[in-house]
Amino acid sequence: MRRKKINLWPYLLVLPALLIVTFVVFIPVIEAIFMSFQSYDLRRPDKIAYLGFKNFAEMFSDPIFWLAFKNTIIWVVFGVGLQFLFGFILALLLNQSFRGRGMIRAVSLIPWATPGVLIGLMWKWIYDGNYGVLNDLLIKLGLIDQGITFLSQTSTAFGSVIVTIIWQGIPFFAIMILAGLQVISQEMYEAADIDGASKLQKLFHITIPSLKNVIIITILLRIIWVSNSVDIIHNMTGGGPSYSTQTLSVYIFNKATVLDLGYSSSMALFLMFMLAMVAVPYLKNAFKER
Amino acid sequence: MRWKKIFSLYFPLGTILLFLLFPFYWTFVTSIKPEDELYGSTVTYWPKELTLASYQKLFGEFNFLLPMWNSFLVATITTFVTLFVSTLAAYSFTRYEFKGKGLLMGLFLTNNMFPNVLLLIPLFAIMRSFDLLYTPMSLVMAYATFTIPFSVWMLTGYLKDLPNALEEAAMIDGANRAIAFIKVILPVLTPSIVATGVYIFIQSWNEYTFAVLFTNEATRTIPVTLKNLIGQLGVQWDLLTAGGIITIIPVCIMFFFAQKKLIEGMTAGSVKG
Repeated sequence: MRRKKINLWPYLLVLPALLIVTFVVFIPVIEAIFMSFQSYDLRRPDKIAYLGFKNFAEMFSDPIFWLAFKNTIIWVVFGVGLQFLFGFILALLLNQSFRGRGMIRAVSLIPWATPGVLIGLMWKWIYDGNYGVLNDLLIKLGLIDQGITFLSQTSTAFGSVIVTIIWQGIPFFAIMILAGLQVISQEMYEAADIDGASKLQKLFHITIPSLKNVIIITILLRIIWVSNSVDIIHNMTGGGPSYSTQTLSVYIFNKATVLDLGYSSSMALFLMFMLAMVAVPYLKNAFKER
Repeated sequence: MRWKKIFSLYFPLGTILLFLLFPFYWTFVTSIKPEDELYGSTVTYWPKELTLASYQKLFGEFNFLLPMWNSFLVATITTFVTLFVSTLAAYSFTRYEFKGKGLLMGLFLTNNMFPNVLLLIPLFAIMRSFDLLYTPMSLVMAYATFTIPFSVWMLTGYLKDLPNALEEAAMIDGANRAIAFIKVILPVLTPSIVATGVYIFIQSWNEYTFAVLFTNEATRTIPVTLKNLIGQLGVQWDLLTAGGIITIIPVCIMFFFAQKKLIEGMTAGSVKG
């Protein structure tokens, strides 16, 4: 019996993409694992040596690491949580019919397409203690008498950068949820109307359950992006004052820019495991369903 | 009825839009204010006097054209390379059944999970050993880490929606797969490819974390240059905001043309799945 000939074409077509991704993702990840067990400091290239778990031990006894860990949790919970809330509201609004809706939908997406560096700059200028427009508005409204230096005092800095990440993330949530809203069948709402359901009942019993999938995927994606985001914080505060705005990825980035690659790799691996713990159960499910 | 609509739609929508768009307005206004008004005792919400001095300075003294060119170069190469390899992969995923397909698709999907900062560190070492550091090529490679997984995912979604019958008809007429793809699929797929390309271009144009480590004076891209302007000048907000406006104009133009198709592709997977 002749064996069935294997068609090579599908593999050949995937090959170029796979080769590039192997070279820029998979090999680096393996390399990062090796680096995390070494004292890989490019400022002292002659002293690169195997360290065992020393980087990890150092990490767990590093108070700045634990502060960054705590900050990452706050950053993600408030950042993503409020992005979701306001994105959801925006999606419900955009789902109503009114003139110019297409235009407004497109315009409201611009923050999402804006470079992180620029977002950092724009908001830093808005928050400015001397000439900032936010202080001017608050003074005019009579809420404060004197300008606040939002980004340079520990009590306000973190809240201020969180507002900025919320601002950036609202549009993405809004378009994803809006797309979900548009495929919910109108018949369900009509049936609910006949039964005399109130607006809130319809929201909690029809709209939100139908959106379950979209909401989970979007939150998951945002958790990954927000916890990995470096540029906004780095450009607004650099992680200061006194580490109060430093998340894990910013800490890793700061360590990497001073070329302490071993230690930053250990922390980056830790971050990856944290994210994997959030994402893998979901991905597994999604995979089974396919 | 009219009043109801004001409270349930126009007022909340207006408030959110004001929050989302005000920073852009403020950036623009700042960039056209004369310096003495910018740092004056009262904050003005529309300049008493308009000036383009900051834009002139940006291009005259600070040669902003160089980083613009660098960004353009990196973003363009990244876009074409990514689109080429991703379209092939997506075609394979949607038109063939083969062993290991699920695994391969999973590999591309999970790629998004690796933190940039994790890849940044070993990539820096790798680029260094290949002598690619500080060349535009190093950024193209680095950006492939996030553009390829995203594009494969998007294009697979778009291609899945195109019925096989289209090419099969062409192939019965004697055309081989490649010709059927070019003659039948490509024309229909072009808007989707363009939308994906726009996304890749914008992401590469905007990227900062890799760019700050992988470029030097000569190859610096716009985001790095903007950041460096702060360092050099203390803070000159008129220049910075002018640079910001110039950065975002091309992004906005491309985005407006592609947004409809782009949104369709991004949301398709999650809505159906």
